[in-house]
Amino acid sequence: MTAETLTLGKAMNAGLRKAMEKDPKVLVMGEDVGKLGGVFRVTDGLQKDFGEERVIDTPLAESGIIGTAIGLALRGYRPVCEIQFDGFVFPAADQIITQLAKMRMRSLGAVSLPVVIRIPCGGGIGAVEHHSESPEAYFTHTAGLRVVACSNPVDAFSMIQQSIASPDPVVFFEPKRRYWERADVDVDGTDWTPLHDAKVVRAGEHVTVLAYGPSVKTCLEAAEAAAGEGRSIEVIDLRSLNPLDIGTVVESVERTGRCVVVHEAPVFGGFGAELAARITERCFYRLEAPVLRVGGFSTPYPPSRVEDQYLPDLDRILDAVDRTFAW
Amino acid sequence: MTIDSVRGAPGTPGVAEPELIQLLTPEGERVEHPDYPLDLSAEEIKALYRDLVIVRKIDLEAVALTRQGELGIWASLLGQEAAQIGSGRALGAHDMVFPTYREHAVAWCRNVEPLKLLGLFRGVNHGGWDPAEHGFHLYTIVIGSQTLHATGYAMGVQRDGVLGTPSAGATIAYFGDGATSQGDVNEAFVFASVFNAPIVFFCQNNQWAISEPLERQSRIPLYKRAQGYGFPGLRVDGNDVFACLAVTRKALENARTGQGPTLVEAYTYRMGAHTTTDDPTRYRLKAEEEAWKLKDPIERVKAYLVRNDLADAGFFEGVEDEAKGLAKELRAACLALPDPRPLSIFEHVYAEPHPLMTEEQEQFAAYLASFEDEGVAS
Repeated sequence: MTAETLTLGKAMNAGLRKAMEKDPKVLVMGEDVGKLGGVFRVTDGLQKDFGEERVIDTPLAESGIIGTAIGLALRGYRPVCEIQFDGFVFPAADQIITQLAKMRMRSLGAVSLPVVIRIPCGGGIGAVEHHSESPEAYFTHTAGLRVVACSNPVDAFSMIQQSIASPDPVVFFEPKRRYWERADVDVDGTDWTPLHDAKVVRAGEHVTVLAYGPSVKTCLEAAEAAAGEGRSIEVIDLRSLNPLDIGTVVESVERTGRCVVVHEAPVFGGFGAELAARITERCFYRLEAPVLRVGGFSTPYPPSRVEDQYLPDLDRILDAVDRTFAW
Repeated sequence: MTIDSVRGAPGTPGVAEPELIQLLTPEGERVEHPDYPLDLSAEEIKALYRDLVIVRKIDLEAVALTRQGELGIWASLLGQEAAQIGSGRALGAHDMVFPTYREHAVAWCRNVEPLKLLGLFRGVNHGGWDPAEHGFHLYTIVIGSQTLHATGYAMGVQRDGVLGTPSAGATIAYFGDGATSQGDVNEAFVFASVFNAPIVFFCQNNQWAISEPLERQSRIPLYKRAQGYGFPGLRVDGNDVFACLAVTRKALENARTGQGPTLVEAYTYRMGAHTTTDDPTRYRLKAEEEAWKLKDPIERVKAYLVRNDLADAGFFEGVEDEAKGLAKELRAACLALPDPRPLSIFEHVYAEPHPLMTEEQEQFAAYLASFEDEGVAS
């Protein structure tokens, strides 16, 4: 094992580099991904090492990025597209939803589009409007896409490589406020958890808390705090939203009988609603309380001076945990 | 107060009509153009005539099938045969086509069985041919989206390092006058331009985007848009199969040899309705259709063949009979197309197994099977 202490951003970079070394058809494309290395420096140094033909600074047009990536994939390439910020993905929504997701069915299986769309997502960095959103539900609702979200450097390194290897299109969410979190990453390892498996990241007995992306760390902190009060929280990092590893979730909730879902996106019509419905269908007689959801409010993302109130924090998560015990 | 939205539109008095590249007049007279010499044998011209007649016949058969309820809808190419056959016959084996949903004649040139085109319109699939096998991508229904796919594909050809070699292939993107207003088409122009992609943008300006006339899309001739993006644009008589062939050949060759994109505006006319559900009498004058009838793309080739004694009555009858035979076969094959199996809905959504597909397919299979059980019980 060659362990290196890497930030999540550097782990992404290392994973992209591995994939590019392994397969000459892998391309990186997006706005400012070349010389600058991306606004979060995730693609730092890749253009220097792999050249401008493989690390492409594109014109400033998101639909163009995804549309041309589809064409490149049709020609046998494996484009990894960077959408600079979550709120900028919408100009590309038509190409993603109408073309990328549906081309395989349109061709009766003749066409595969191995395109990865990397989207730094979520809030908490004091940004202006459109830079802090969580648009995952739009994509989990679109058949034909796979949707994953990493929460830590180890998963960032492996999941990006697994996503690039996938013959299906993958929307890859990166928790932007966790880019600077550090962990030891085995940069030579390939013995990874399967891409679409959830992970129990903290075992517990009394309540199951489900999270993904940036919320996982907050939930682990909440579990730690609750442990001091004698309450044992099991935290599951879903990692993959579509497909969803419902088996791991059900196994846990059947043991604990209580469940809280946490995400930054607005709760109404959010991914937590799908989780709550599926858990209810499968664990109805084992539930001691309804599945509760903690997330962003059903408003546009607020100005950054008040975003700490909007984002689910340790206290709001523990408040929901308390409420599940009040039933 | 009214808003004068047509200022500067083509055809406005006092504004000169742009140069139209033409090699065969509507009367069937051959004219030369210094930039587009074209030397076709009698056999080649007869082959083009055969193509034109067959694709028109197939198209008419599809319209008839729609009227009889056998197709849900059909987008007729009537009037645009020369633009499609001329450009389609300019293509080489390594070239790649990205069509809209109206390029039935280009599909014919790429050996896509006409029956395959009907699947989408009959509702038995959304496409269903292998683009790589034919060098002809799937029909794209959303206006303009395919121009970006074509541009990306061309960027891939560029990265393969084959330009300038015998295995070089150009990419050609088809779209219409309405599509030029789409953001995707403009983004495709930008990407193709700055990366010097080996692509031909082939715009069939058929004057109408459903009910909206050209002046609702542009104040300048469409081919002039290219200048703003930094690559050549030209306007060809879209009803002249010779000119469309010559112009597209040159543009494709420029692409294959690394000289970048070209915008070709094929100036033509949609003689039929937008689709079989449309009613052009609500928005355009019969006189306009009559004027364009005189520019028919097939009649001028026939006139040329007759005038130059290159074909006799037997040839024309033979082509007509062949076309009728193909249309008859197509009709029979269309009626025999099986409906898709219910469980096939779940196939081809993902390349690799997907738990949700498996789960829903199993549940639906069990649900369907429950009726079979009832049938047995009763």
